[in-house]
Amino acid sequence: MKLTQLSLFLENRPGQLRVPCEVLGKAGVDMLTLTLADTREFGILRLLVRDAARARIALEEAGCVVKETEVLAVEVPDRPGGLAEVLAGFDRAGIAVEYAYALASGSRDGRAVLVFRVADPDDAARKLPEAGVRVLSREEVLGG
Amino acid sequence: MRTDPSSSGPGFHPASAPDYLPRRQLGELQLRRLQAIVTRAWERVTVFRERMSANGLTPADVRRLEDLGRLPFTVKSDLRDAYPFGLFASPMEEIVRLHASSGTTGKPIVVAYTASDLQVWQSAMVRTFAACGLHAGDVLQNAFGYGLFTGGLGAHSGAEALGATVIPISGGNTERQLMVMKDFGVTALCCTPSYFLHLMERAREEKVDLGRLRTGVFGAEPWSDAMRRHIEAEGGIKAYDIYGLSEITGPGVASECSAQDGLHVFEDHFYPEIIDPESGEVLPDGREGELVLTTLSKQAMPMIRYRTRDITTLETEPCPCGRTIRRIRRIGRRSDDMFIVRGVNVFPSQIETAILAVEGVLPHYQIVLTREKGLDEVEVRIEVTPEAFGDTVSALEELREALSRSVEHVLGIRVKVHLVEPRSLARSEGKAKRVVDQRRI
Repeated sequence: MKLTQLSLFLENRPGQLRVPCEVLGKAGVDMLTLTLADTREFGILRLLVRDAARARIALEEAGCVVKETEVLAVEVPDRPGGLAEVLAGFDRAGIAVEYAYALASGSRDGRAVLVFRVADPDDAARKLPEAGVRVLSREEVLGG
Repeated sequence: MRTDPSSSGPGFHPASAPDYLPRRQLGELQLRRLQAIVTRAWERVTVFRERMSANGLTPADVRRLEDLGRLPFTVKSDLRDAYPFGLFASPMEEIVRLHASSGTTGKPIVVAYTASDLQVWQSAMVRTFAACGLHAGDVLQNAFGYGLFTGGLGAHSGAEALGATVIPISGGNTERQLMVMKDFGVTALCCTPSYFLHLMERAREEKVDLGRLRTGVFGAEPWSDAMRRHIEAEGGIKAYDIYGLSEITGPGVASECSAQDGLHVFEDHFYPEIIDPESGEVLPDGREGELVLTTLSKQAMPMIRYRTRDITTLETEPCPCGRTIRRIRRIGRRSDDMFIVRGVNVFPSQIETAILAVEGVLPHYQIVLTREKGLDEVEVRIEVTPEAFGDTVSALEELREALSRSVEHVLGIRVKVHLVEPRSLARSEGKAKRVVDQRRI
């Protein structure tokens, strides 16, 4: 149920985002989505890729600081109020969201996919389905 | 023949005999040598004779070792002013080697050796390596630079005379260093501590281990105890601090022993005094001040009361290793790498210790001094490591806060801490450049 997200430390200056993207391109690793958290001085690039292990090796060889984090991919109905319903499920399950971002592939068949970081992904993966939230399997996310 | 270096006790080599002289006997030897060297300098070095005369002194005034304190100092600019050969006390026919220090400003300083000077230097380096527990059977990778710098050749000749197998790899080319270390079964390494950090980091990145390496003999730049703990834990080695300077001979002036608690000065050749750097007064043993060295045997270029600018204390308590020669505390700072920010005296080593006190941080850092609107600012750039990197902005902010607090606690002034990407700070193949002063004063 869990996905491996790669987080990279970046200094906040022009051109810094390009480096890891080029490294992944050369390594032939397909990016599913990315999101950037930034402050005035530094940023964190969070990546979901098809082959996290290979990506990590390539990035570390290029001198990047990489951290692996487990995240959950959750199906969200692509209509007004859809995300609110999902988040209500999080509340029922007592799961707090640290951050979330969307999968770049957009919505299909009226359903979008959001990636959630929570404190305890294993616990969340058990409790969320009981609260009516559909957590996607690795195959459902990576296979598509 | 010993084949397993780790099975032997604290290092001893026949050349180490003077390390264990009874103090009285050592004192007599020192006085005899001091009188001879002062006479030699007086007869052969004009500037020294002039300074002695200006103070109404002649070599005959040196009756006891304490009389050394009455003689004039020699400072680095004296060597520059005398560039290249002005302080030589031997004719060129007797000088068999020249070295020069990298001049950070203008001309370098040149130092000279007679054949007997080279022998003294070699024996001092044998005693250094023996004190660090090395002996025949060790394979030493000498990554000090070969050339005009005294480190490479000084360590080389001492290690050979000790009977170790020397690999004269010199500095730089980290990949080759790591390959040789593993493939040649290297047991000991000489380099600067900052270069060893770099080697460890690359070894980790390339997932190679350090093979049979068990001893690091590190010198040529100040490093903290915190840095030693890090190096020993991470590298799985014993890390020894050695001390020397070209003006006196090169490496081999002082060395740690198995106790790793202060550096024994080979004071039968290099006589130490501690002075108050402001007044020039000689301080009693145990008081902190500037180290002043006098070469007791050096023929080609005697140095009388050379001011090293290194701050330390001289310890007289007996060392558990049994050596009777006195120890200097590890040199964490120099009176001239100190900088003053908003009236506060700061040594880079204080900042290093503060950074290393924060969990998970590797000591790649640089201190940048700037002046904004007439006010000095201290910025500390620290490379982020995988251990220290958290996935969230708040984790990084907390790390930065912890580093700021730690540094501010030590310095008592606000500093800006910048987290930077790994390998973005310049790496040293030799001495690390820790302080960049961009202030326009």
